[in-house]
Amino acid sequence: MSTDTSLAVRSHEENWLPILELAVEEVFEIMLGRRVKPVAKGEHTPNPEFTAMVGLAGALCGVLTFSCERKTARELAICMLGPEIADSEEQVSDALGEICNMVAGNFKNKLSTADGGCMLSVPTVIKGEEYSFRSLADGLNLETVMMFENSPVSVCLQLHS
Amino acid sequence: MDKIRALIVDDSSVMRKIVERSLRQAGIELEKVVEAGNGAEALAALGKEQVDLILCDINMPVMDGLEFVKQLPTVASAKGTPVVMITTEGSESHVVQALSAGARGYIRKPFTPDQVKEHVLPVVGKKS
Repeated sequence: MSTDTSLAVRSHEENWLPILELAVEEVFEIMLGRRVKPVAKGEHTPNPEFTAMVGLAGALCGVLTFSCERKTARELAICMLGPEIADSEEQVSDALGEICNMVAGNFKNKLSTADGGCMLSVPTVIKGEEYSFRSLADGLNLETVMMFENSPVSVCLQLHS
Repeated sequence: MDKIRALIVDDSSVMRKIVERSLRQAGIELEKVVEAGNGAEALAALGKEQVDLILCDINMPVMDGLEFVKQLPTVASAKGTPVVMITTEGSESHVVQALSAGARGYIRKPFTPDQVKEHVLPVVGKKS
């Protein structure tokens, strides 16, 4: 994959990966009342049965994806909404989209360089893993896998150069 | 404080429920909650319902939250009703834009019920 030098340097100097992980941890702790911690990606890769995406445009341009297995998505929705609502797949998708949206927003709000110049799209959620995903964001790829209880969730930020 | 009528504007039904729950957790008693999925729906709802407080997202399809706040004075019965933005758009420029457009408060997602209380209580029921 090609790597844009300025983005790569900035992300390294400003330590973007821990900032992304912190953004995820805060969203889980504040909105779901659960703690998550990053783990080694190779050991815990979720099947992306639910994938939420939020686009970024402006100072940061690209896409943030949040993916997890179906049962994890349902558990996340239960944490956000309670057990009576989370049986609906629509509500589960909606919950996942909101988590992705809040992670993207929380991340960019932590970067001084993105202040005021970065907009987020409305979230999109894909159900099912029989799809291929190609982003034209060719600049930088930050990815982390985090454990939500015993289930991995994957968060990936792909930025255009 | 008396029970209030609130309008919650967000394109996510999940977030509308979370905002309603946060208001209750913040100790704000709700007489009625009206929901809208975007600014245009909210303006239409305000033509039929009077509310004491509006909580509004920014990024929404059809009509976003900033445009909604700008157009709010066109609904006579809703003129001056306090609007608190609840949004992932947390930059200073967005805060300035929202407050300049007429919003009375600004809460960044993710948020706690305490933050809702802190920003909502000073303005609820107080028309400008």
